[in-house]
Amino acid sequence: MLEWIGLLPAFPLAGFLALVLTRGSLPRRIAGLIGVGSIGLSFLLAALVSIEFLGSGLDSHTQPLWTWMSVGTFTPGFSFYLDGLTVVMLLIISGVGFLIHLYSTGFMADDPGFARFFAYMNLFVASMLVLVLADNLVLLYLGWEGVGLCSYLLIGFWYDNPANGYAARKAFVVTRVGDTSMAIGLFLLFQQLGTLNIQEILTLAPQQWSEGQGMAVAAAALLLGGAVGKSAQLPLQTWLPDAMAGPTPISALIHAATMVTAGVYLIARTHILFELAPSVQLLVAFVGLATLLMAGFTALTQRDIKRILAYSTISQIGYMFLALGVGAWSAAIFHLMTHAFFKALLFLAAGTVILSLHHEHDIFRMGDMRRKLPVAFWSFVIGSAALTALPFTSGFYSKDEILLAALAHPQYGMLLWLGGVLGAFMTALYSFRLVFVVFFGRDNYQEHASHDTHHVSSAIREETGIAMALPLLILGVLSLFGGLIHVPVDAVFAHAGAHEETHPSQLIHTVMILVPIFGVMISYLLYGSRPYEKAGQHLRTQILNSPLGRFLNRFWFSGWGMDALYNFVFVKPFLALAQFNRRDVIDQFYTALAELARISNRALVLTQTGYLRWYAISLVGGLVLVIGIGVWA
Amino acid sequence: MIVIWLILILFVGGALAWASEALDSRLPRVTALIAMVFSLILVVMLCLDNSPDPLSPGGQWLILEKWSWIARFDIFMQVGVDGLSLLMLALTVFLGLIATGAAWHEITERPGFFYFNLLWTLAGVVGVFTALDLFLFFFFWEVMLIPMYLIIAIWGHENRAYAAMKFFVFTQVSGLILLVAILCLAYFHFVQFGRFSFDYFELQNVVLEGRFQMLVMLGFFIGFATKLPAFPLHSWLPDAHSQAPTAGSVLLAGVLLKTGAYGLIRFAVPLFPEAAADFAPVAMTIAVIGILYCAKLAFAQTDIKRLIAYTSVSHMGFVLLGVYAWNIYGLQGALMTMLAHGLTSSALFMLAGGLQHRYHTRDMGRMSGLWAKLPLMSAMALFFSIASLGMPGLGNFIGEFLSLLGAFQVNQVATIFAALGLIFASVYSLWVIQRVFHGPYHTPHGGSEPARDLQEPADLSRVELVCYGAMAIGLVWMGMYPQTFLAMAEPTMTFLLESFGEVLP
Repeated sequence: MLEWIGLLPAFPLAGFLALVLTRGSLPRRIAGLIGVGSIGLSFLLAALVSIEFLGSGLDSHTQPLWTWMSVGTFTPGFSFYLDGLTVVMLLIISGVGFLIHLYSTGFMADDPGFARFFAYMNLFVASMLVLVLADNLVLLYLGWEGVGLCSYLLIGFWYDNPANGYAARKAFVVTRVGDTSMAIGLFLLFQQLGTLNIQEILTLAPQQWSEGQGMAVAAAALLLGGAVGKSAQLPLQTWLPDAMAGPTPISALIHAATMVTAGVYLIARTHILFELAPSVQLLVAFVGLATLLMAGFTALTQRDIKRILAYSTISQIGYMFLALGVGAWSAAIFHLMTHAFFKALLFLAAGTVILSLHHEHDIFRMGDMRRKLPVAFWSFVIGSAALTALPFTSGFYSKDEILLAALAHPQYGMLLWLGGVLGAFMTALYSFRLVFVVFFGRDNYQEHASHDTHHVSSAIREETGIAMALPLLILGVLSLFGGLIHVPVDAVFAHAGAHEETHPSQLIHTVMILVPIFGVMISYLLYGSRPYEKAGQHLRTQILNSPLGRFLNRFWFSGWGMDALYNFVFVKPFLALAQFNRRDVIDQFYTALAELARISNRALVLTQTGYLRWYAISLVGGLVLVIGIGVWA
Repeated sequence: MIVIWLILILFVGGALAWASEALDSRLPRVTALIAMVFSLILVVMLCLDNSPDPLSPGGQWLILEKWSWIARFDIFMQVGVDGLSLLMLALTVFLGLIATGAAWHEITERPGFFYFNLLWTLAGVVGVFTALDLFLFFFFWEVMLIPMYLIIAIWGHENRAYAAMKFFVFTQVSGLILLVAILCLAYFHFVQFGRFSFDYFELQNVVLEGRFQMLVMLGFFIGFATKLPAFPLHSWLPDAHSQAPTAGSVLLAGVLLKTGAYGLIRFAVPLFPEAAADFAPVAMTIAVIGILYCAKLAFAQTDIKRLIAYTSVSHMGFVLLGVYAWNIYGLQGALMTMLAHGLTSSALFMLAGGLQHRYHTRDMGRMSGLWAKLPLMSAMALFFSIASLGMPGLGNFIGEFLSLLGAFQVNQVATIFAALGLIFASVYSLWVIQRVFHGPYHTPHGGSEPARDLQEPADLSRVELVCYGAMAIGLVWMGMYPQTFLAMAEPTMTFLLESFGEVLP
């Protein structure tokens, strides 16, 4: 079975080709069958491969397919590498991917671009699988850019609205800034180590570099640049909230469950490089911490249901970075997995809400939806509970591991832990704010665009075919009980040195359990409680109307002004420069040269008078001049 | 003999195409097509039977032939084909076919003379890629210039006279500088060995003093860098491209620019290895400036053809960078960039030409949302834009990645700046897609319905579809299995590196 892993990305790739080459001429049922079926086949194969691999007791398996290019000593191949980490990623990508594809057949049922949608989705899954299977960094880069391309295509899927196109381009260009940093990192690694094969790098690097050596630091930092771009961490996080312009299943698959965690995967995959560069690794932890707090505060002020979830994703990936930064590699992967479950669940549930409410995104125009949209409601409750890390949900176990690992950090343990706990509090606050505002309180929904009378009466009808309900159900179960899964990555990170078993006090545990619950309660007081509704509203207006509150609300709402900053520092000057030199000064230089020739031509033409006396005088004058020069010289 | 046949087919085919117009105005294009197919067959035969010539020095030459021509000055008809030449020949005849396809419906005025010029340009290019006698090389260098000038001047768009003249002056002046440099070299052969020579292999033995070697090398460099074109000699290109008919643009971007790069690899560095090594940092700096400056200029354009022209200059910067890195990665990267850019830029110019043919404008500000009306064409535009911005899995990525990989071994700072070009490439490529194909649909006249006298423009014709399909397959091939091409060029590149040293100690 293991030698068949080449087929894993081949199925979705074939699906992509079939859908593209038929150009939407297939009936929807067939197109849907190809789109979903190809991912289903991949998932089945991934499951079989995983069972065989985990049962075999092998540490890893390499499957070379063909030599991509061979130039000098640079010989990257289309070769796939399988180990515990790959298995986890494969199952998440194909499994969650399959559920989201299935859901999409319902969500996109009436869209004219149905086949195009599934074509891009299939291409995305194929690229993502190549990314995690690659045994060398060039092939990984192929997957890396491939998922970026699909992300671009799908964010801008509804292309007739220029705003979507803007969001799509922003996502592509901002992540490409990170990708370029990563590419330079690849050049550096090849120059220094003579190979881009990941396992060879991980063997050679500790032999050639001592800990903290300049080259190791540079290589790790450049790879980190790629990771923060893809995973929407500070300072390249600005693209992800805008990426919500795409259809909601895209947000679930690409911008929550899989692609945005590629940065986490990259760092975990090359963790030995980061261990060789402790300063960079510490930077990873602080990037994670800063991002998780920043995004947490921002999520609290957003009104758009998808933007809240987007900032929440940024924040949760911040936790994963925190885990990577303190060397808790398997905790990071564990959280990556649980996050894929509950965030996919939340996004798909949000999709149901949005579809049922005719593309309404503003949570303050919803309210009291728990009886009208029961499936979405229960999905949101379960997903938010896991996101908030309420006890015994999947998120609880993974976040617990991360926070304990952060606490164990020798230098900054307490600081990182406190930050993480504050983030957990914010998580509880913003996620249950969403739940309370959308599903409780007063119904603020008004159909704005529709004048259709019969539509008004049946305005809200939950859109849940079996194709949409089943994924929600499965993801709900996984969100609740996914914490019991043990990610089989111990062998991958074995040489990382076993962390000393720390036994934090009972107080620490109690705090970690109570803080999210406390957050939910505050959220209930502010947004949820009927009896105290007036008081809650009063409190809210008071907070918002205080000068500090108003400032913070606006500051946080804008994503800490990062967009405005980048606009001012990069975009505007670039546009101005482009506009200023639109006509190319170099070209104007040549034009001036030609003009000069023309002017001297005209000047000389004037000498052609046709009068003999004029010619005679100039002849004599020239003669005198030449003789004069001769005499003086 | 096969090279001579190739050139003869094109020369004679061109003459026949011109003559056949008298019988029927559709005959010239058929004649041209037949000539192109024959030359393609010849090149494919060469590719399949690539056993090296037993007499070749270094063992990388597949063909080496020499006939006397102008004996008094030791000028010979000397031609040779190695892996590098062969790949360039393959690109030339392939794009020649594509250009014929692009002209198929577009050229209705004096088609005989048009195809005559098209085929003679190609004959010149084939000569340039095979000549090993520098006098013969220069002869072909001029042969490809004049028909191209006529193509722009006669079948060009609104400002064609200006563009054609600019093209002519730039290439002619740089050609003269090249000629002076060639004559210098031949003269010094006379001084040192007692007779003139234009023979590529013999001229490698000429020893020149440091300062003087640099001067002669610069003569070659300017000649080739103008053609490439490199910053700051690029300014003829946007005008020539925006005014040329589609087939002209295809030849210009796809093939003619590559003669400059070929000249650098074949002559400018091997004939003057020491001077080239000293000059390398300057050349790499020029390359980086070209990449970034022209990417920025591309973004600012509103004329879609000018935009693509500037991106060409930007991409050629990667070639320059790779060549002057002068290691196997850089050279192979330059080669792959040449091949891949040949296809992407040709395809993009064809698309721009197709748009102009349908909407009678090149102004991107007057197009919007064409995906709704021209889905096939839009999908093709998306594909080739993605290829052009260096998406892995397609040819351009291999070229740019290898160029940068090679350059990084030599000059890290230049490489890092050049890599920023990857970001800019995504900015301008996606901007075109947004501006022209996405967004709400409207016609160049502003309305959402075509003007009454205008027919609804049709999506791709069958000829166009075949052309784009062939180029797309080529790019995927180059991106997924570039080994086919790399292996062909490998003996030449290693020989060059072994004989003329790596720039780096």
